Amino acid sequence: MERIEEKKNKNIEYKPILESIPEWPVYQLSQNRKAFLEGVIEKSIKHIHELRPARKQLIDELRVTVFREQNRIKRNRWRIDPKDDSAFWKHIKTELNSIENGSQEGEGNKEEELLFEIVSRYAYEIAGNFKPSSYRLARKITKFWFVRLLNGARVKKFGAIFRSKYTLRDKIHIVGKVEMLRRLATKGTVVMVPTHFSNLDSILIGWVIHSLGLPAFTYGAGLNLFNISIFSYFMNSLGAYKVDRRKKNLPYLETLKTYSTLSIENGAHSLFFPGGTRSRSGLIEKQLKLGLLSTAVEAQRNIYLENKTRKIFVVPVVLNYHFVLEAPDLIEDYLQLKGQERYITEKDKYRSFQLLRFLFKFFLKGSNISVAVGPCLDVIGNRVDDEGNSLDDRGKIINTKEYFVSDQKVVVDKQREKEYSRMLSNKIVSEYHIVNRIFASHLVAYVAFEIWIHRYPKLDIFGFLRIPEEDLEIPYETFQEMFRKIRKEIYKLKDEKKINHASHLKGKIDVVIKRGIENVGIFHLKRPILMDNKNNIITHDIKVLYYYHNRLVGYDLEKYF
Amino acid sequence: MILKNTSELPIGVIGSGNFGTVVANLLASHREVLFFIRNENSFNDIIKNRHNRGIKLHDKVKPVNDLKFLVSHCDVIFPIVPSTSFRSMVKDMAPFLNPYHILIHGTKGFDIKLADGETLKSAKLLSRLQVRTMSEVIQEESVVARIGCLSGPNLSKELAQRQPGATVIASHFKEVIHIGKRLLRNDRFQVYSNDDIIGVEIAGGLKNIIAIAAGMLSGLGYGENAKGLLISRGATEMIYLGQVLGGHSKAFLGVAGIGDLVTTCNSQLSRNFTVGYRLAKGEKLTDILQDMKEVAEGVNTVIVAKKCAEFYHARPLITNAIYKVLFESLTVQEALDYLMRHPLNFDINFAMPEVESNEEL
Repeated sequence: MERIEEKKNKNIEYKPILESIPEWPVYQLSQNRKAFLEGVIEKSIKHIHELRPARKQLIDELRVTVFREQNRIKRNRWRIDPKDDSAFWKHIKTELNSIENGSQEGEGNKEEELLFEIVSRYAYEIAGNFKPSSYRLARKITKFWFVRLLNGARVKKFGAIFRSKYTLRDKIHIVGKVEMLRRLATKGTVVMVPTHFSNLDSILIGWVIHSLGLPAFTYGAGLNLFNISIFSYFMNSLGAYKVDRRKKNLPYLETLKTYSTLSIENGAHSLFFPGGTRSRSGLIEKQLKLGLLSTAVEAQRNIYLENKTRKIFVVPVVLNYHFVLEAPDLIEDYLQLKGQERYITEKDKYRSFQLLRFLFKFFLKGSNISVAVGPCLDVIGNRVDDEGNSLDDRGKIINTKEYFVSDQKVVVDKQREKEYSRMLSNKIVSEYHIVNRIFASHLVAYVAFEIWIHRYPKLDIFGFLRIPEEDLEIPYETFQEMFRKIRKEIYKLKDEKKINHASHLKGKIDVVIKRGIENVGIFHLKRPILMDNKNNIITHDIKVLYYYHNRLVGYDLEKYF
Repeated sequence: MILKNTSELPIGVIGSGNFGTVVANLLASHREVLFFIRNENSFNDIIKNRHNRGIKLHDKVKPVNDLKFLVSHCDVIFPIVPSTSFRSMVKDMAPFLNPYHILIHGTKGFDIKLADGETLKSAKLLSRLQVRTMSEVIQEESVVARIGCLSGPNLSKELAQRQPGATVIASHFKEVIHIGKRLLRNDRFQVYSNDDIIGVEIAGGLKNIIAIAAGMLSGLGYGENAKGLLISRGATEMIYLGQVLGGHSKAFLGVAGIGDLVTTCNSQLSRNFTVGYRLAKGEKLTDILQDMKEVAEGVNTVIVAKKCAEFYHARPLITNAIYKVLFESLTVQEALDYLMRHPLNFDINFAMPEVESNEEL
């Protein structure tokens, strides 16, 4: 099989921007872990009081929390949940009931104690635990095995496993505003916000951060990842904090947000997936979760409020794969969700073994990954220059602080900041689309799918996906013509700086198509697109094709079909 | 919470039309006002006479003709200039604007972006990216984030006479609404708030279409039943178009929607009404427009609404009928007959005109 050639990477070995681990913000945070968490608890409680000022409101909120938590324990239990979960919530419930039954006054502030107990429990549960020793170890193990696997796979001789000729950098292409990111990470606090397609993202981005010479970031990682032991090990040691998406109660959300705000405020570079979960549809995220994004805005405001000037930079990052391991399940979830309102539980079929096998295949067959680093933004969504100055569209320097000013002073206005988070979110989404790097495989999937669906204008997507795969084929010439046309449009969009594409998209059309087809969802059991012996384009799995096709939705290219 | 003790920076008003002058006077009862007048001659006149367009200026209104001076001395500014010159006005201000500025505009209408060499008439279709509301123009051209819009049944003459009236301030920012309310409200002038700024802006633009239709009915000599019919069907069509253009229906039911629509349809002196009236009397559009000093905003709005609706495969019946009268030599009577015969007769069904009829005019 022919491998896709990328323009040779510059292959720079990035020097760490901070010399030793003790200088890393995340390390300093972990050194003062106890004091930090006490700060989180105190501020979270303060926020909850602001939201639920009356005693009765607070008690009601706690009751709701207990109800939901007990429900979660009953319905959706995970391996990593603490053993004393149900005992704890039972205890809270009993205590709450005693407030209700006992006298109104005199009992003191029992609900305050309960709130403190709950918030503390959450804070310690969320908190990451960065340990330099295990960070180093994890990094070494990753590198050791990745490099060995890589060599064994490439050279195809067992003995080669013990040599380290190739590096990960040959495989994973990091493009975009890397220098800017490195520079600004020394000037301010970076909040990295990548797209989220696969569980692999978390490990990948960890490796990327390390290989760019950046200090470890604090990570907001879905708790479900900690269910998978291999991930759990890496994440714990890389400074990850845990985000449990099953918990939607107010005390939890406030604690989580406060945790994020305070660590950003303290200068720890942070990372979270603003889409919330993996993109089910394969579409680039269109709507981001404002909760965690708003913590960046809030942290910046707090910094200004204290009359400091340290700036927060938001960096969108797009991850591109030819192949997403979970694609068939993700798209299935998506279709079910869209087709009928239904509760979907997170299922992670892939355990450590499958992942290792995948990684091996990944290196063996040579499927590339690209990581595109977008331009740095301030917390309102303005682009910034190399010095970290915010610029407006006409290149004028703006003082970000002034966004938080009313009547000539910085003030707290949550409603206003919510709008700013929304503006930031829109900007991130549009940057995603701009730095998105189209692979030949994406384009092949897109063109084939659009040709087919345009043959059935009367069917909705569900109707269309029920058409038997045998009925779908495209003569090669038709396909080639359309592919050429759309590729041209993508070039145009690139000139207008609305999209980006991998360099392998250029060149002889037949070669590009062939490479594309060979790489779409390369390791799936049923291939989403292939060529039969009469040179027709056919599919074995239209749903998965739909998934990969979605990567190119949002550029208004449908009109050319 | 915010702004208990306001510092006493003056408020800026840009645009010396009737409405701008009235707003400047309203503001002046609360705060000192800097009133920008671009034209040197009228500036000198106003300085001398303290009158603008027959309206006496409040003592606290200070005319200026230095835009930079105004922008750097005010943090709250009300731009009230015609939609056709709105973008260039924002561009002029942009170098001096900062993120702490609050802009509350009082301009109804749309800004149209056309390709080089294209005119509104020659453009085949218009997408929403080409049809911008004033708040979107401010966003595109400046760093200002806190934007509001002032809209409602606000006939300048009546406001100047201190007749009772109301307006809507729409913004995504509560802060902007608070400030707008505090600065404009008085015992004769009520201010409502709305968080759907796009909806309010679209309503303010689209009502001009219905104003032309009101003139037409009057020109044909029809009375109050017909007007009731027109206003209710017109409101439905505005909501329908508004949804196509990205507004929520609620904005259309309020003061800036129905309120403004009823006022406009009853105000017989407006240019839009006159266009409709004279068309119904059998005159040609070109002749009518020749007599008018300024273009009736509604004529352009009809073109914009029709071409934009087409882009999104929507079919606004009244708008399309008026378009044919204006540009495709359908007579007013024929258009009316068509609408009266039309098989669609649900009273309220906002998703209505889209699917059902394929009958072409």
